[in-house]
Amino acid sequence: MPGILVVAEHRNGKYRRVSLEVLSKARELAGPLGGSLSAVVTGSGVADAAAELGAYGAETVYVADDAALGNGLAAPHVDVIAPLIEQQSPSAVLIGATAMGKDLAAALAVRLGVGLNADATDLSADGGALMASKPIFGGQNIVQCGWSGDLALALVRPNSFPAEQSGGSASVETLPVSISERAGAVAVTASKPTDEGVISLEEASIIVSGGRGLGAPEHFAVVEALAAELGAAVGASRAAVDAGWYPHPHQVGQTGKTVSPNLYIACGISGAIQHKVGMQTSDVIIAVNKDEEAPIFGFSDFGVVGDLFEVVPQLQQLVAERKAG
Amino acid sequence: MKIAVCAKEVPDTTAEKRIDPDTGRLDRESGDKMLNEFDKYAVEQAIRLKEAGAAEEVVLVSMGPAKATDSLRQGLAMGADGLLLVSDDGLAGSDYLGTARALAKALEDVGAELVLFGAESTDGRGGVMAAAVGELMQRVWVTSANTLAVEGGNATVDRQTDEGVDTVTFALPAVVSVTKAINEPRYPSLKGIMGAKKKPQEVKGAGDLGIEGAGEAGAGTKVLGIETPPPRETGVKVKDEGDGAQQILDFLIEKKIL
Ligand SMILES: Cc1cc2nc3c(=O)[nH]c(=O)nc-3n(C[C@H](O)[C@H](O)[C@H](O)COP(=O)(O)OP(=O)(O)OC[C@H]3O[C@@H](n4cnc5c(N)ncnc54)[C@H](O)[C@@H]3O)c2cc1C
Ligand SMILES: Nc1ncnc2c1ncn2[C@@H]1O[C@H](COP(=O)(O)O)[C@@H](O)[C@H]1O
Repeated sequence: MPGILVVAEHRNGKYRRVSLEVLSKARELAGPLGGSLSAVVTGSGVADAAAELGAYGAETVYVADDAALGNGLAAPHVDVIAPLIEQQSPSAVLIGATAMGKDLAAALAVRLGVGLNADATDLSADGGALMASKPIFGGQNIVQCGWSGDLALALVRPNSFPAEQSGGSASVETLPVSISERAGAVAVTASKPTDEGVISLEEASIIVSGGRGLGAPEHFAVVEALAAELGAAVGASRAAVDAGWYPHPHQVGQTGKTVSPNLYIACGISGAIQHKVGMQTSDVIIAVNKDEEAPIFGFSDFGVVGDLFEVVPQLQQLVAERKAG
Repeated sequence: MKIAVCAKEVPDTTAEKRIDPDTGRLDRESGDKMLNEFDKYAVEQAIRLKEAGAAEEVVLVSMGPAKATDSLRQGLAMGADGLLLVSDDGLAGSDYLGTARALAKALEDVGAELVLFGAESTDGRGGVMAAAVGELMQRVWVTSANTLAVEGGNATVDRQTDEGVDTVTFALPAVVSVTKAINEPRYPSLKGIMGAKKKPQEVKGAGDLGIEGAGEAGAGTKVLGIETPPPRETGVKVKDEGDGAQQILDFLIEKKIL
């Protein structure tokens, strides 16, 4: 059965937004590629959520609900999803590029012996075949990629497409769960969730980032306050992370995360090339820096030369007032 | 116990990276090169495990052009004991699938109980190799280790997920990728740099290791075209005269972001 299979990630009671984004885009591609659109969701306590994917265009949702699929490790999911792909032989398998998604895609690629295009930011149907666009070197070049085999496997970067409901409904099919000894050999002995309300950098539509210009770890409060007002994630430059001011998962740049939010606000960040390559594909970039020669102004849509300790709290205040109406 | 660390030579992060317009591949010949920044954390962790008595030997394993030994030597200077470089014209043009197949064969040749990876390569940026190689080797694989302790054939890892940090335990042999949080990589000492040249540095071809399905011919992906979008233009820049924040707000409203 040709068609597209979207691997949807469901954690902590809801779908990752990127999964819904990918599904929305796949709906548009299914026609031109010829075939149906299905989704698979694997996890613990996911059975009730399976049908929800119908609203995003999935005609069939395959679901595997098992405690063994709820420990945050990808290997057990591979044991369930690989046989489904072999059995259904879709022409494309699309996965959101989350931490879990990357592990899954990597293992599926080698197990099935198919090519993987990672970090796609656009997908199109080119004469009946899937084509993925991926930015390299922080968007300096865009490469159009295809596949040499019959199955196109791609990881899609969050924020590449809008998540839009289509109002359909799906038939749900339950998958057998049989997990290999190897995939079950890793035991989770403790789990420390990230604080409630912390928004993941890759999925955020707005990011407020702080750099060495903040001067001290406690000054990140200024950035956090604006982020909270905007419903944004907090980013940091490597200088700030290496100084121990902010945890490493928040680092943006060449040795941190690559992000493409709708809005990126850089506070006290100079805009070194290694930072730039991690964020220059953002839709709108705003910079606050007291040095008018700072390189960040060279690629910002709107720059304010000024003291961030004045401008950022004022902006937070203004946003709050606007929200209050 | 032996630890293998997969490490890669990448273009200097500050250098202009060049794509060969004819092949669509990264031009790996010209320009300055360096050891992939992320891989230094894996090398450091391996050396620390050796220093703590949990391992006897640390071997670097890499696939790349013959000259890649220049960059990899930095890992030897830090304290790794030797290196195996897989280098072969027939491996040029390998994608993730081919690279994983080649590294898996090389690692089988090395025979290390513990294999470490960096989180990502600064050129490839897939962050997929540890899981791919682990799966090919049919080993337990665990990604994104913020910590890694090894004792009596068992490993304990605090792994970073998108939701938080999970502590996991598993028996070796295994494949683990590490994050930047795991340690602070050392700078090589002068003695380390001097000694690095004399350490064993093996180069093997695809045939020596029985590598199949790699290189251009084995690639599952293909490059169809490359575009160079115009660079981002410099936008508006204003000096804050007390109304900088207001101007940002106005701009955000104009752009319909707020
Ligand atoms: C291999 C390698 C990988 C790297 N990877 C990354 C990476 O992933 N991410 C990354 O970010 N960097 C990375 N770097 C580091 C990068 O080169 C820069 O050193 C770093 O980005 C600088 O961070 P910064 O802008 O916060 O600090 P700085 O360059 O020190 O800039 C601080 C800025 O704050 C401004 N400022 C100071 N006080 C105020 C104030 N009160 N109000 C307003 N502005 C103020 C200053 O004018 C200055 O422009 C990497 C470097 C190397 C070599
Ligand atoms: N050619 C290679 N040789 C050795 N190790 C590699 C190679 N490519 C990738 N790796 C390893 O895989 C990790 C992730 O790379 P990537 O999946 O390309 O982002 C790197 O940090 C290295 O540890």
